[in-house]
Amino acid sequence: MDTDTTHIDELISREYAHGFVTDIEADSVPPGLSEDVIRLISAKKNEPPFMLEWRLDAYRHWLTMREPDWSSIGHPPIDYQDIVYYSAPKAKKDGPKSLDEVDPELLRVYEKLGVPLKEREALAGVAVDAVFDSVSVGTTFKSRLAELGIIFCAFSEAVQEHPELVRQYLGSVVPRGDNFFAALNSAVFTDGSFCYIPKGVRCPMELSTYFRINAKDSGQFERTLIIADEGAYVSYLEGCTAPMRDENQLHAAVVELVALERAHIKYSTVQNWYPGDRDGKGGIYNFVTKRGDCRGAHSHIAWTQVETGSAITWKYPSCILRGDNSVGTFHSVALTNHRQQADTGTKMIHIGRNTRSTIVSKGISAGRGSNAYRGLVKVLKTAEGARNYTQCDSLLVGDRCAAHTFPYIEVRNPTAKVEHEASTSRIGEEQLFYCRQRGLSAEDAVSMIVNGFCKEVFKELPMEFAVEAQKLLGVSLEGSVG
Amino acid sequence: MNTAVRERPSDRAGREALERALAAWPAIAPGLPGMHASGIAKLRENALARFRASGFPTARDEEWKYTDLSALTARSFMQVPGDVQAATAEPLPHHALFDDLGGHRLAFVDGRHAPELSSIGPLPGGVRIESLGAALLRDPAALETWLADSRGHSAMAALNAAFMADGALVIVPAAVELAEPIHLVFLGATASTVQPRNLIVVGEHSKCTLIEHYAGSAPTFTNALTQAFLARDADVEYCKLQDEGERALHVGGTHVAQAQGSRFAGHSVSLGASLARHDVTAIFDGERCTATLDGLYLAGGRQHVDHHTRIDHAQPHGTSREHFRGILDGRSRGVFNGRIVVHPGAQQSDAWLTSRNLLLSADAEADTKPQLEIYADDVKCAHGATVGQLDENELFYLRSRGFDAAAARSVLTWAFARSALDAIRLAPLRAHLERACLARLPQALPLAELA
Repeated sequence: MDTDTTHIDELISREYAHGFVTDIEADSVPPGLSEDVIRLISAKKNEPPFMLEWRLDAYRHWLTMREPDWSSIGHPPIDYQDIVYYSAPKAKKDGPKSLDEVDPELLRVYEKLGVPLKEREALAGVAVDAVFDSVSVGTTFKSRLAELGIIFCAFSEAVQEHPELVRQYLGSVVPRGDNFFAALNSAVFTDGSFCYIPKGVRCPMELSTYFRINAKDSGQFERTLIIADEGAYVSYLEGCTAPMRDENQLHAAVVELVALERAHIKYSTVQNWYPGDRDGKGGIYNFVTKRGDCRGAHSHIAWTQVETGSAITWKYPSCILRGDNSVGTFHSVALTNHRQQADTGTKMIHIGRNTRSTIVSKGISAGRGSNAYRGLVKVLKTAEGARNYTQCDSLLVGDRCAAHTFPYIEVRNPTAKVEHEASTSRIGEEQLFYCRQRGLSAEDAVSMIVNGFCKEVFKELPMEFAVEAQKLLGVSLEGSVG
Repeated sequence: MNTAVRERPSDRAGREALERALAAWPAIAPGLPGMHASGIAKLRENALARFRASGFPTARDEEWKYTDLSALTARSFMQVPGDVQAATAEPLPHHALFDDLGGHRLAFVDGRHAPELSSIGPLPGGVRIESLGAALLRDPAALETWLADSRGHSAMAALNAAFMADGALVIVPAAVELAEPIHLVFLGATASTVQPRNLIVVGEHSKCTLIEHYAGSAPTFTNALTQAFLARDADVEYCKLQDEGERALHVGGTHVAQAQGSRFAGHSVSLGASLARHDVTAIFDGERCTATLDGLYLAGGRQHVDHHTRIDHAQPHGTSREHFRGILDGRSRGVFNGRIVVHPGAQQSDAWLTSRNLLLSADAEADTKPQLEIYADDVKCAHGATVGQLDENELFYLRSRGFDAAAARSVLTWAFARSALDAIRLAPLRAHLERACLARLPQALPLAELA
């Protein structure tokens, strides 16, 4: 790696500094995983005994599991004993003192994305002393949410303040031994978000980790739990379009959603973690378990994701359609450029009567990127009148990329109607020529065509996210044409 | 950790069956054709080694996720030759000889060439339609290169490659158009294990039509392997009809290697056997190849039918079309896995695949997975899959025109099935297939008139 890249890496490796609030002293444990480390994490977090037991059970189960290798991704083996499982946030004083010290390349990306000036400082890891705008915004939001009885806080805070809710719902969607990475997460997760929307409450704003002030640095093993009680509605935004880099190569988050009767959860993700350099060195491995449980009748869980970052993305946000008439939707855009790999998709498990699911997946492969849609639509015997529509399209940019589709369809009820369609195409020479003839640069033309290809998914995103996501695709595709 | 502790019952059955097969080898091997030639003996031993390494497939193999072979491994198969005669023979299904088909027939009973049931008409010079077993005894070295090609072969194909005793050898030299179809018919008469191996070699610019047909009511275990090599611009129409008895187990592989400009039109019709598994693969070794793979499976009772197809667009300008339909009744289960791989550099590939499944009963299950793996950008690939029941509106339409409910269902079911047979060019064969399908459809009403 040349010095320039090292420099950039260093700069973008700073963690978010959106007003970190914590009372734990800066310290860390040596790398490695053992029961002692888990006990230490639990003790540091001052957790009730049930949490420690839960973690240890997960750990013991994890020890019996083998790392899965069935996906179409490849990476060097991960040394789980070389990971620091507990480290407090790093001090910010080492960061650049002002934007002048930040690498111009990074600033150019922010410019293109239209990130507000103040946020740029924070994203670039500049040590900001002044209270950042979003903090005050966040505080205002917090009081409004509290009035409605909405609980939205850091996971560790929820463990202290609402242990009964945590105990009731934690692991009820993604059990601690669900899969290799979920088990690891269950054993060692340090923080994440917790959200509870009481009966009949419609959350008045988009909840976002972006505005959340004290669950920062939740690290590589993040845990999110969202519960929408009967008739509640919440829209949750995760991630951020601005490139963000951290030292932890392996990210194994778990997200659990619980929708009770008539509840509606909308979960939107924009993921743009560091994808590694052009040869794929040093990028993030994003191995996430995301699952929603439509537990009550008429409930609705909607996943929307835009995945452009990470060296490897491996995740399948899923819906268990347990309640009668419940609805699951999945809208995804996954873009891979250079050496990025993505193996993503969804699982729709139809259990209740008249359950419906829609899957729209758009994969874009450029450079030497590899993009796979892997999905399961399973209709159980009980799912009378179940309905699924799946569409997955791939767009290929360049002749060295790869696009795969692996849709599993399992139907055990004759009244079910399941449809799957997939297509693969590339950006046509004619399309490009037409755009260029009308004065667009090749890059703008590609960006426009790609955005058109993804339109169906973008319209599912909350407004401000959608605008950012469009720009993001343009930036991510840079260098793939011409 | 001791692996023996974690062994599942189905694994144990598989391991024991593997041990039985391996134990049978020393006794069977000397009697197998071609063992006198070092090349063929080596091929067989290599195949056995591959099979030893992989064992019988289990549900943990992704390719066998939905198909459980424990019904097979639980059976004591792999008899030493000589045991076969001890079993009571079932009457031979003479109707399966398709007398009205014309052309050439090569018949096999319990996997052995039956000259008395075969009839080979006059053949153009150089065309060979004969027993592979006899050919292996006579001139094994000539067949070695073809038999050695194990691309796309599963563990079960390796088992066949080790133990194969007989089958059909069809060689059509360059520039010969065989107008008459070649009917390869395998009749099961006893509860035996048969491992037919068929080798089809079609020369440049040649053309032929082949039918590979399995019939009988005996509880046989068939593990068939067919290889077809199409030279430049060859044109082959191939139909596999699996119409075995309800207690039979059928595992079969058809593997096609295509040279530049060749055309392969394959049909797979699977009606019988309690468990049937078909692997169909086509590899485009040259540019501008065309392959169509069509399939129809009808299953009822507790039948299980599984098709795994794979088309390798290894060279540019290839075209493939796949169209599979399944009708599932009773407690049956239909599995379809269609894989299309476009290799790096295989630009201008055009691939299209559909899988449609009709569930007629509450206990039937359809598992389908159309799969695309693409490593080139200038390609057109699409697939679609549907699972559902008969359309309410269509049923209503027919009922409003005076069909009773059962008849309306039959008509629509038959229409669904029939469209899968339309592509078969050989009319008398299509008529046979239609009759065979009608006999299997749940409500065989006055549909014969409609056919």
